[in-house]
Amino acid sequence: MSRINFVINGQERTVDVDPKMKLLWFIRDTLELTGTKFGCGMSLCGACTVHLNGQAIRSCTTPVSMVAGQEITTIEGLSSERLTPLQQAWIDEQVPQCGYCQSGQIMTASVLLAENPHPTDGDIDQAMSGNICRCGTYQRIRRAIHRAAQEV
Amino acid sequence: MSTTTTLSRRDFIKVSAQAGAGLIIGFHLPLKGAEASPDAETFTPNAFLSIDSKGLITVTVTKSEIGQGIHTGLPMLVAEELSADWSKIRIESPVAHERYGSMGTYGSSSIRSMWLPLRKAGATAREMLIAAAAQTWNVAPGSCRVEQGTVIHRPTGKRLGYGELAAKAATLAIPKEVVLKDSKDYTILGTPVPRLDIPDKVNGTTMFGIDVKLPGMLTATVVHCPYFKGKLSSFDDTRANTVDGVVKIFPIDGGLAIVARDTSAAFAAAKAVKITWEKGPNSQLDSESIARLLVEQASEQGLVAKDQGDARKALSNARQTIEAVYEVPYLAHATMEPMNCTAHVTAQKCEIWAPTQNPQGAQDAAARITGLPKESVVVHTTQSGGGFGRRSNPDFVAEAVQISKAAGAPVKVIWTREEDLRRGFYRPINLNRFQAGLDNKRRLVAWTHRIVGPSLLRSINPNRSKDQIDFTSVEGAANLPYGIPNLLVDNVVVDIDVPLWWWRSVGNSQNAFVTESFIDEVAHAAKADPFTFRRDLLGDHPRHRGVLEMAAAKAGWDKPPPKGRSRGIAVHKANGSFVAQVAEVSVDNAGKVRVHRVVCAVDCGQVVNPDSVQAQMEGSIVFGLTAALYGAITLKNGKVQQSNFHNYKMLRMDEMPEIEVTIIPSTESPGGIGEPGTPPIAPAVTNAIFSATGKRIRRLPIGSQDLRRT
Repeated sequence: MSRINFVINGQERTVDVDPKMKLLWFIRDTLELTGTKFGCGMSLCGACTVHLNGQAIRSCTTPVSMVAGQEITTIEGLSSERLTPLQQAWIDEQVPQCGYCQSGQIMTASVLLAENPHPTDGDIDQAMSGNICRCGTYQRIRRAIHRAAQEV
Repeated sequence: MSTTTTLSRRDFIKVSAQAGAGLIIGFHLPLKGAEASPDAETFTPNAFLSIDSKGLITVTVTKSEIGQGIHTGLPMLVAEELSADWSKIRIESPVAHERYGSMGTYGSSSIRSMWLPLRKAGATAREMLIAAAAQTWNVAPGSCRVEQGTVIHRPTGKRLGYGELAAKAATLAIPKEVVLKDSKDYTILGTPVPRLDIPDKVNGTTMFGIDVKLPGMLTATVVHCPYFKGKLSSFDDTRANTVDGVVKIFPIDGGLAIVARDTSAAFAAAKAVKITWEKGPNSQLDSESIARLLVEQASEQGLVAKDQGDARKALSNARQTIEAVYEVPYLAHATMEPMNCTAHVTAQKCEIWAPTQNPQGAQDAAARITGLPKESVVVHTTQSGGGFGRRSNPDFVAEAVQISKAAGAPVKVIWTREEDLRRGFYRPINLNRFQAGLDNKRRLVAWTHRIVGPSLLRSINPNRSKDQIDFTSVEGAANLPYGIPNLLVDNVVVDIDVPLWWWRSVGNSQNAFVTESFIDEVAHAAKADPFTFRRDLLGDHPRHRGVLEMAAAKAGWDKPPPKGRSRGIAVHKANGSFVAQVAEVSVDNAGKVRVHRVVCAVDCGQVVNPDSVQAQMEGSIVFGLTAALYGAITLKNGKVQQSNFHNYKMLRMDEMPEIEVTIIPSTESPGGIGEPGTPPIAPAVTNAIFSATGKRIRRLPIGSQDLRRT
């Protein structure tokens, strides 16, 4: 066990934790923020995507020790009172089916838009191809990203 | 046309009188089998539609939300007949009980089975609210109309909301007959109502099975025996027990349970434990030997599924014969949310939270394991991260119950992705041998199709006779829609110890690929256009023909495809709906296949929610395309070789085709929509590959075939 400090969704926290524990399980089991999902455990599917200092990372392979002194944002912390334009676009385009992968999709897409406010289809392909959606909502994800880009 | 329908006796509607509860209409969802029908005098309602004094409407929804939008589609049926204000609609998912009839969510059957009962319940409530208003105003019910949750007296314009009328309506008699709306008067059905579940799915608050948390809960995972019919011989948990947080490691049916404080500890300990397996009878099982077995068995006579005319004679008299062999692999479901279940077993009670397509199966399994009466087994159905048929198997629920019972605590069991793929239940493998005959005018006069492979139903129930035809093996093949005078379809059942299960669209997933590929071969042999050749054989099947013509028209079949692309077409009926697809494909010099565009036409009868139909077509196409391009579960030395998404690949954003869906307007009864979009995509794509390269894909997945230009 070791003691680490970090900021999660804007809140400072100090906890004792096994530093080798993967960030995903720390977020889900310890912090009880279950919007971040487990899909593969090997950084292959993107369901566990969160932001580390504003960058999209795969929490399922990231040891919790790496976040010491850093800032993490999960889907729960993406919006405060109102949904972000990206989340609203997800609703407007009726993107989710089962919804399981969508936290990860939205977290990846939000970094894309932060870095590239008007992405092309090619940019979207490149940014989003690490996130699997077994329900096949890719066409709607693409539309939702374009819609959010127009509205920001 | 509006339909007047007589109630009582056959419809079993009752009003529950609970003081202050507003109007509660109890009605009866159909049970399995005629003998299960209730007695009209004594029946207890099994579903409810309630309207409270604030006008909030709650509908019992007994089907699982697995992504298909059913938690929006079913209440739409009620809301339409009730002329409800949609914003006042809520749903309630009850715990498992046999009184609900089948709660199983499979076979794309939910809308079809609920289409009448839910509309009748809504219409009954509407008539009672009108009667309550008419009494209040002392006017004739016929002078009132309903709109958006309000009864309006036409001559005076007086209005009363449903909430204000609910208590009075509850004291009135149930109408003897109700009128179901004319479809042209629909204001909710047939419109793209936004899904009720989506807002929670964009902010992380939806509760999936994997998100369940109980006080004092432990987390477990299971390492399953990698050999089918093998079992645990011994295990050494010395090192595993040193993992911080491990609570208990013990054998259960089919494997070893690792119980820990949290998921991280459970997964780490599962990696550290050393297990020796008793391999059992299948330690030599491998894909090559299975393939050889199917080839050998293909010369056996099969169970006859369809025999019309005299196909053998017609073949021997044919001017030209065409022969081909097609093979399809085992496939896994690979739901994004791995198998998981939370159970809390005590001496008196077993409570379960499961992402399941079959809550009653879960209840049965738990009652068997615990010895508790079914009433003491409470199954809560959570949202499911995908289903595709996999979650109708209660195997993962049974494990959680065993583990909670042994651990003496509430336990959430989570499988790793590796366990999900390796200890799966698979879409069956098979081999198909075809012969077709053309006469001297190049007309298709004979067709024989032998399906050789394991039986899904026999895998599920080994006591099922090998001489009994398995409809899932021949669906979509025995009922070939094409007008062929001499047709013979038979099925050789080959027993292989690989567990099988229902996989989105089931036998149609194989049979559409093989029949729609082979008809394409026949069209080319007849020097005919693949579209017109099909169309001309569909004279007796106007709905097949309708979607085929629509897909061809929308794809611009009569014009050349964009440069560098080729087109393929396919049509198939499954789950009561008709779907045709045209795929636009390119194949580069290295043999890489790219699907650029898919034009899809669907006739699913009357449409409940067109956006859900569209979404299910998009999703079904991606599901079928993923399987066509990449999907194969293979075996070596008795073990499944695939383990995660690097070797069981999924279609990703950069490979996503543009999908265009056209829905054929129809007044027919609704068909299913979750599955029928999957079958046509594989043959549409492989037919396009043939058009592009002259190479006929007769074995899936496409990615296993060499398409390099030489």
